[in-house]
Amino acid sequence: MASWVTFGVLAGSIVLSALLAVTSRRLVSSVLWLGASLAVTAALFVTLAAPLLGGLQLLLYVGGVMTLMLFGVMLTGSGQHESGQPPPWAPARAALVAIVLFGVLGAAIVNTPLPALEGVPSPTLAHVGEELLTTNLLAFEVLSFLLLAAMVGAIVLARKSDVFEARRRNAPRSEEAP
Amino acid sequence: MTLTPYLLLAAALFCVGLYGLLTRRSALGALISIELMANAANINLVACSRSQSGGFAQVFALFLLALTVAEVVIGIAIVLLLFRTHKDAELTLARDFKH
Repeated sequence: MASWVTFGVLAGSIVLSALLAVTSRRLVSSVLWLGASLAVTAALFVTLAAPLLGGLQLLLYVGGVMTLMLFGVMLTGSGQHESGQPPPWAPARAALVAIVLFGVLGAAIVNTPLPALEGVPSPTLAHVGEELLTTNLLAFEVLSFLLLAAMVGAIVLARKSDVFEARRRNAPRSEEAP
Repeated sequence: MTLTPYLLLAAALFCVGLYGLLTRRSALGALISIELMANAANINLVACSRSQSGGFAQVFALFLLALTVAEVVIGIAIVLLLFRTHKDAELTLARDFKH
């Protein structure tokens, strides 16, 4: 019973803060609600016998990603309000799509016989480390290349280079030329 | 307790993220929604890893964590670029980066 109560509290706060994150009009509070949702997810991971993932989730998402996003909001000055006014029917349409998708997914999940969690020996950290560095070593190395590529890509994109700006200046002229 | 409530939670979180992605106009708002959807996928992986004794699914969750962080880094860089060239970070403006 205790596990149900824990799960209910965690799941409720995850979904609630996610809803607040997507509906909040101010981007700063949106980012903060996202951080709350991700932090509670870290707690959920700990209850699922994955303390390593919970810790990494806190470090990477709440410590790294959220800070980065706050920087993004502050630097673009879009902290006050979201720019532009969406068409009035957009939220209703989006809600319809989301609800229909949830209905389909929920029906599929409920009608599938799924294994119980009790009685299964939980994977230990040793298992995870062994899988990571033996079976999946190649994927691990490829991932490090991906991180390098992301770093270089971010530097190239955010650099004060003027490929995009020059192109933007030239764009109207090249359209007039012919 | 079975896997079902965890998968339902992940589905709900994914749908909330989808709703956000469809309603947001700013690039940062869309990025926030994508984070929520990736988080839902991660909950699925961790819950599935709990139902078997090996650590395979947790390794995938770790990979997903790293992938999402890389994606956010590139996303923020694109948002800053958008803002510098257009003085606004609306998602539809990224159309200009084509060609």
